Amino acid sequence: MFESLSDKLDAALKNVKGEGRINELNIAETMREVRRALLDADVNYQVARDFTNKVKERALEDKVLTAVAPGQQFVKLIYDELVFLLGDVHVELNKSKRLPNVILIAGLQGSGKTTFTGKLATLLKGKGRNPLLAAADVYRPAAVDQLKTLADQVGVPVYTITGDDGTPAKDAVRVAREAVAEARKTGRDTVIIDTAGRLHVDEAMMAEVVAIKEAVEPDEILFVVDAMTGQDAVNTAKAFNDQLDIDGVVLTKLDGDTRGGAALSIRSVVEKPIKFASTGEKLDALTEFFPDRMAQRILGMGDIVSFVEKAQEQFDEEEALKLQSKLQKQTFDLEDFYTQLQRIKKMGSMKDLLGMIPGVGKAVKDLDVRDDAFKHIEAIIQSMTPEERQNPKIINGSRRQRIARGAGLKVQDVNQLLKQFREMKKMMKTMTKLSGKGRNVDLGGLMGLGGR
Amino acid sequence: MALFGFGRKEKEQERLQEGLEKTRSSFFGKISRAVAGKDTVDDAVLDDLEEALVTSDVGVKTTVEIIRHIEERVAQDKYVSTSELNGLIREEIADLLLGTTDERPADFDAPLPNKPHVIMVVGVNGVGKTTSIGKIAHRYKEAGKKVLLGAGDTFRAAATEQLEIWSQRAGVEIIKQYQGADPAAVAFDTLAAAKTRDADVVLIDTAGRLHNQIGLMEELAKVKRVMDRQVPGAPHEVLLVLDASTGQNAIRQAEAFTEHVDVTGLVLTKLDGTAKGGIVIGISNEFRIPVKYIGVGEGMADLQVFDRAAFVHALFD
Repeated sequence: MFESLSDKLDAALKNVKGEGRINELNIAETMREVRRALLDADVNYQVARDFTNKVKERALEDKVLTAVAPGQQFVKLIYDELVFLLGDVHVELNKSKRLPNVILIAGLQGSGKTTFTGKLATLLKGKGRNPLLAAADVYRPAAVDQLKTLADQVGVPVYTITGDDGTPAKDAVRVAREAVAEARKTGRDTVIIDTAGRLHVDEAMMAEVVAIKEAVEPDEILFVVDAMTGQDAVNTAKAFNDQLDIDGVVLTKLDGDTRGGAALSIRSVVEKPIKFASTGEKLDALTEFFPDRMAQRILGMGDIVSFVEKAQEQFDEEEALKLQSKLQKQTFDLEDFYTQLQRIKKMGSMKDLLGMIPGVGKAVKDLDVRDDAFKHIEAIIQSMTPEERQNPKIINGSRRQRIARGAGLKVQDVNQLLKQFREMKKMMKTMTKLSGKGRNVDLGGLMGLGGR
Repeated sequence: MALFGFGRKEKEQERLQEGLEKTRSSFFGKISRAVAGKDTVDDAVLDDLEEALVTSDVGVKTTVEIIRHIEERVAQDKYVSTSELNGLIREEIADLLLGTTDERPADFDAPLPNKPHVIMVVGVNGVGKTTSIGKIAHRYKEAGKKVLLGAGDTFRAAATEQLEIWSQRAGVEIIKQYQGADPAAVAFDTLAAAKTRDADVVLIDTAGRLHNQIGLMEELAKVKRVMDRQVPGAPHEVLLVLDASTGQNAIRQAEAFTEHVDVTGLVLTKLDGTAKGGIVIGISNEFRIPVKYIGVGEGMADLQVFDRAAFVHALFD
């Protein structure tokens, strides 16, 4: 019923793609559709209008009109403009020599600040830093408990001040200031201050966050915004930026059918970079924000770069070589297969991964891709003896029955897996011959699995 | 309008007015500016109207529909003045917003058709489900009803603690388990307790979930199904909580939640910001779901029964 932005742009561009050339008439029609698609994606009214005007102007001015492939040129034009609008380049977190580095997190209620704080701590810890979290949301019931629970999962400390009555002391500025002192004392190199959600029109609360800023002089102020936000996104971002002079924006809940038009709007209105995109509730579901990748995603071009990077995180060079030699020697067994499955699972949700592959994103949009897709395969392999895993050929009828019982599945399921494994090996053999060496092999295996 | 008859209502009206202050200045302010001093509706006015509606998150589809109706009316009547246009838009919007029924009364004093009357509260992450439950519990309690809460958000860290604090504030009882417990079991136990404790109203909290997480949506459907086994017909209401700042994605939320748990009413929260919430107009119309309550702040009293007439009245006052 509702098309995604890329679907809509696709449909809108058919007008142009179909015809050999762009003229005043067909471009006006197309731009109206593009504008509507942007509005449906919650791009700010004014931003959408400016965007379409600019694209239209450039399309008419440039050689696009008479170019060889105007349709593609037009898509390129829109893509370039989108990348530009999204900030052009990826911007890293600010770093300073002063220790600890202080990161202040601010935003509206329910935008996902506390969860993001946990994710950022995870990310920084993974990069070898040792953050301290400051629980400066002293208002929302149980907010401190939530942060503590997350911090426990990450394995980082939380600084809180408990009042005489056992509840958090209602002094966010003090929490922030003392947390920084605590970090200095205990040798923590980063302090992440989680603040209470506040409305940008709440003067008292805005004054509080400004007071926190003045007290701790953060190196980085991140404004957290829900990617599902509508037209109001520009108002809130502008208000927070006016008061705090933010350094960056974090886009949360950017998974699934969130069209993320707010990203376009905010970037172009406050002119501050979007630094992170957060996509899920697991602590490792945080990625750095890359404008070109986001634009590709919006246009349905997939995000192959993120995919490869995610794969690389899980597969180190040495492992890849080992795997490659196994493939070449044809000794890749179910044991290895199982290990690979575990790696892929670590890369994130299947749907997110598939969505990053060009051309696949659209196809899986409405599909129910379950993250437990591998559960049955795992159960079957786990029900095998080590010997069977290393040499699947010995699995005869009675072994199959035993394995099926062990996995709580039917014999047919076991048969199917064994058959697929055989086919996969055959395919890998071909691919190994074709590609010779390098990471291709590795990815080839991955794709084979993903497509199951 | 009898809105100013009683102290409470008067106060509510004030709050609503305050809450809608921003909406009015951004939304209808634009419309009245758009038509100010003009005798006829020309294209420029309709363009401004389009901008006003779209920037209030009404959405392109509903905006086009409203404008089309207005154009038709103008074509028919040939002449439309500023005040007439104002009235016309008011009518159009009021017509799109569905009213509540006696089966699921919004008024806290109204007699409830079931005992216990079970209300399940659902929505995506961070829209204000738990806070809304706290406020609704408080209002039912004030109306003399015995309220029981079920801490069905067993997923988010400290969600149960948050609801527990609300239960203490409102002075109502709560049934809870531990983080990670089966939410269906919590709902089942809560309803069992509601029967033995003779509760009038049961409010079941659920974990926030994005509407495209099919597994989690199915879990929600299961939580709902389980209740019927304990109290036939339960839950009698399923409230979908929507954040007023959410854009067009709210339509998808309404679509998915309606499909899985058959939503019966909407709660529109955070209307005290640069409030728009224009998205509910299209949702209420398209899915035939009334808006029941609006949230206008973080305090216990900052929840109001959505009054369509008062809402539109306040918008144009």
